[in-house]
Amino acid sequence: MAKILIPTPLRPYTDKQDAVDASGATVGELLADLTRRHAGLKPHLYNDQGKLRSFVNVYVNDEDIRYLQKEQTPVTAGDTVSIIPSVAGGAPTVASAEGAAESASDKALPALTNDEVKRYSRHLIMPEVGVEGQRKLKASKVLCIGAGGLGSPVAMYLAAAGVGTLGLVDFDVVDFSNLQRQILHGTPDVGRSKLASAKDRLEALNPNVEIVTHEVAISSENALKLFEPYDVIVDGTDNFPTRYLVNDACVLTGKPNAYGSIFRFEGQASVFATKEGPCYRCLYPEPPPPGLVPSCAEGGVLGVLPGIIGVIQATETVKLILGVGEPLIGRFLIFDALRMKFRELKLRKDPDCPVCGTHPTVTALIDYEQFCGVRPAAEATPLSTTIEITSVELKQRLDRGDRLKIVDVREPNEYQINRIPGSELIPLGDVPKRVNELNPDDEIVVHCKSGVRSAKAADFLRSVGFKRVLNLKGGILDWVDKVDPSQPKY
Amino acid sequence: MAADRRLIVTDDVEQAIRAHGQETYPHECCGALVGKNGIVTTVVALPNTTEEGPRRRFLVRPSDYRQAERRSAETGLELLGFYHSHPDHPARPSQYDLDHAWPTFAYIIVSVMNGAAGGMTVWYLKDDRSSFEEGSLDHGENSHSHSAQTVHRQTGRG
Repeated sequence: MAKILIPTPLRPYTDKQDAVDASGATVGELLADLTRRHAGLKPHLYNDQGKLRSFVNVYVNDEDIRYLQKEQTPVTAGDTVSIIPSVAGGAPTVASAEGAAESASDKALPALTNDEVKRYSRHLIMPEVGVEGQRKLKASKVLCIGAGGLGSPVAMYLAAAGVGTLGLVDFDVVDFSNLQRQILHGTPDVGRSKLASAKDRLEALNPNVEIVTHEVAISSENALKLFEPYDVIVDGTDNFPTRYLVNDACVLTGKPNAYGSIFRFEGQASVFATKEGPCYRCLYPEPPPPGLVPSCAEGGVLGVLPGIIGVIQATETVKLILGVGEPLIGRFLIFDALRMKFRELKLRKDPDCPVCGTHPTVTALIDYEQFCGVRPAAEATPLSTTIEITSVELKQRLDRGDRLKIVDVREPNEYQINRIPGSELIPLGDVPKRVNELNPDDEIVVHCKSGVRSAKAADFLRSVGFKRVLNLKGGILDWVDKVDPSQPKY
Repeated sequence: MAADRRLIVTDDVEQAIRAHGQETYPHECCGALVGKNGIVTTVVALPNTTEEGPRRRFLVRPSDYRQAERRSAETGLELLGFYHSHPDHPARPSQYDLDHAWPTFAYIIVSVMNGAAGGMTVWYLKDDRSSFEEGSLDHGENSHSHSAQTVHRQTGRG
């Protein structure tokens, strides 16, 4: 028989006694006898697996059994056994800068295998990472939106670093024009799905990482569910509707957004949508008018640039998971590759932000295509979409001898790659000042690479009195596909 | 929710908890609630010894727990529960709070937003550990309390 001292919160289960007797030769046997006599104690002392709960401390006389022989610690008559609570708690961990680190640590951190210890040894010897940090990485789940330019370095470095679960969202196939920067994919992968190609590459890099592929177009319908299991979201998208969608979904689900974007020689990076920091909408409440900011497909991008920006996003993701350093929260990093300079802008959380402000007006995901003017609202169909010509129709009319003026509104270096015979080059930016070179009575066909810039040119020409302006649907890409496959595409 | 459990705190106690939360902001504070018959008359500020990041966690060491319990008994009072702060989070219990809660104890949570103490609530673990039940936190005049309202501090031990 030994005496067990009962702490205040458990006394209701021992008929209000602060000390009870139980028998057994070890602490384990003693506690088993105790819970037999006072069954109500059991769920508070033991977890579902029958193990002593971590915040239950058992002392034999004045020694913690963790430093003796745990539950095998022998007990003799006259010993006093005390059950002493550790009182612990804390704030919820979502939507905070430390959210990623903490939600990773909330899960029982997985152990590292011997192979993993070897693989991550350069991490393990740094005190800022160490075994604990590496286990946090292993427990963490990161979702990368896009497996292209930014997604390539992000996914490869995060997989190499030992992030346990890496989700990828993409629905595209690998194209030759991707290979200049999307290093996840190789020449033999052209024509394959980007996700299949990425999965092969990442599993070869680190078989310990679970690669989860989501072969869908991210949308307002699926985004919240998609984000749910993940700790950090990495935005590697290339268009405004998806960028706003990712931002808003991050705010609504309380997941930090490791943001990056690239265009030509310039890149940007930040960490958005943490609880204390600003979101993308604090910086840009409204998207630019459609067509004003060209995409990489239209404006080009230096192939190494996503390498730099993507690696910054991966670095921020790892820091968020480890909970170390100063994240790019409230800081907007701008990188200029030509001048090889970084600039940093301070960002503040906008209290009037429609999504993360004090009185948000956006509390559910909206129609982002419409918000960004990409797909206009039904009642406001602009003229340009109704007055189009297809490349096949254009070819037929040219063959027929119709008198058509073809105006190419791309940039000169694009004109060097391919062109429609007989076309005249007037880059979009020059159209207003060179408009007098065109005859308003002519029938004019405008085109660009895919039809976005030329739609703007067509709208402009009509606004200054041109009556017969047609926009080439699908641009020169469609022309090459359908009419003249001998020309290269870009 | 029908609050069938009720905790009375004196103004001094309430102010001491708020002041403690503001003092340790942005870290969590914690301490013991001491009193009798559902009336908290004294709070004992305790060091937050968590090793998991004090901005989102608190941990009371077993030795501090034991001392708080003993001291209560010596003065004829009871250990009624514990309080802690939620920096920049509402005064609602987290899953972590639930996972680590003890039965019968009152858990007071004070929200400290941007350094200023705000809402204060009290919670009790359900007997089946499935969730917390919110209790009603009532105010008692200091003159009605029957013990010294001193706030004992244990400092320099974390």
